[in-house]
Amino acid sequence: MKQKSVAVVGAAETTDLGKIPNLSQIGLHADAALNAMADAGLTAKDIDGIACAGESPTNLAQYLGIVPTWVDGTAVGGCSFMLHVRHAAAAINEGLASTILITHGESGRSRVGVGGWSMARASLNGQFEMPYGPMGPPTLFTIPWLRYAKTYGATEEDLANVAVIQREWAALNPRASFRDPLTTDEVLGSRMIAWPFRKLLCCLVTDGGGALIVTSADRAKDFPQKPVYVLGTGESVETPMVSQMDDFTTSRAFRVSGEKAFAEAGITHDDVDHLMIYDAFAHLPIYGLEDLGFVGRGEAPDFIRERNTAIGGKLPLNTNGGGLSYMHSGMYGMYALQESVRQMRGIAPAQVEGAEISIAHGVGGMFAASGTIVFSNVEP
Amino acid sequence: MSGPGGATRPIPQPTPETEHFWEGTKAGELRIQRCQDCEGAYFPPRPFCPHCSSRNVAVEVASGRATLYSYVIHHREVPGFESPYAIAVVELEEGPRMMTNIVDCEQTPEALELDMALEVTFEEQDDTITLPFFRPAEGSQSRPAAGGAR
Repeated sequence: MKQKSVAVVGAAETTDLGKIPNLSQIGLHADAALNAMADAGLTAKDIDGIACAGESPTNLAQYLGIVPTWVDGTAVGGCSFMLHVRHAAAAINEGLASTILITHGESGRSRVGVGGWSMARASLNGQFEMPYGPMGPPTLFTIPWLRYAKTYGATEEDLANVAVIQREWAALNPRASFRDPLTTDEVLGSRMIAWPFRKLLCCLVTDGGGALIVTSADRAKDFPQKPVYVLGTGESVETPMVSQMDDFTTSRAFRVSGEKAFAEAGITHDDVDHLMIYDAFAHLPIYGLEDLGFVGRGEAPDFIRERNTAIGGKLPLNTNGGGLSYMHSGMYGMYALQESVRQMRGIAPAQVEGAEISIAHGVGGMFAASGTIVFSNVEP
Repeated sequence: MSGPGGATRPIPQPTPETEHFWEGTKAGELRIQRCQDCEGAYFPPRPFCPHCSSRNVAVEVASGRATLYSYVIHHREVPGFESPYAIAVVELEEGPRMMTNIVDCEQTPEALELDMALEVTFEEQDDTITLPFFRPAEGSQSRPAAGGAR
């Protein structure tokens, strides 16, 4: 693979985050895209590749006035954008396109111009999971946790620690939805959603979007912003049905995607200065830390309790505040990528001083898919 | 089972590949499939083995014995369900896992112990669909349902 030969030269989120009732879903994609193009000093005429999820790339290309020679509509849930970066790197290296726009936009809260959450009755989910009463991610994504908890002796307090520490990061971020300090007692006293998951262990529901522009490393220095190089990428899928995961204490898709990205980048865990792990729910950073190999199996709760992932810790994690405190429109992966890019540019509100390697790790569906991107601000 | 306002739970729509399973539950049998080459048992239904890709597979009747692998207890109001209720994944004695609800049992963390012994029970939903549920196995230590909550 020639992953080292591409870089992010444009990156931006939507102008607003949170509640954006005046924009439809495609409008959020476009707002983010225009911001990213401005960041890179480009117009739609300069873009020849387009990738998005949650919206059709055909719709978006026409909407923005882009004439692509490369199109990717891979939609595997919230980590789709990690896969788009990986696919874009391959396409650029193969000469299929030179300047690729990847967008995300989602009216998660205001629900302007979006469809509902439903499963066909004849799908495997429709036949073998939906009849038992799950109502979306809070009751599906969360099901594996009790098996993990029993296997490794983890507690509800271990889950709460994730939310509390991420809120500390969010306090440093003016764009975070929730910034007030949070205590373990507050988390464990919040409304029960699906035992043992309480409201403050679940992500926000907001409106927003983000976009990236990727080009070859050779061209990257010709753009106004500091290039952020893509050192390695990984992707995988496991199962659309959470009940059919190999093992509820670990995500196979996380492991496969993570190993691939580390191998492509040629880095070790000690090289990583900054980490983003898609946190739709508080157990995901625990799975991510273990499945990416930063700690051994069953060790993540202690690693977090010892404040290794907190401000001043050796592995700053989810420094934007994460899906639990920053924002989460339904497919959070784009926001994890954006924070990694900001950290590598050196402009993050909670900047990790001297950070040179950042990883953004995403999940799609309910442990269904995964994508991992290794970024660096040092030319490979 | 009908909930507030007569709402019912989502009813599956069988496909040709899953028809045998739903005929089975109607007949009071929990049917799984087993590869005749690698001998692996699997679920959900499909006409080939997910372990070795062989099409040489057969349907067999599972013992109906299982253990509680993991779950959550949903606390929000859901049409067709009486909250709170557990959405569970059980591990069949033959190996495969499936999602289900646990019936004849309090829907509490105290009553729903991981790895507790369960057995299958069936409940007709309409003319076509009978759903498999699981209940604490006979003779196992478990708390009976309070006031018929199920």
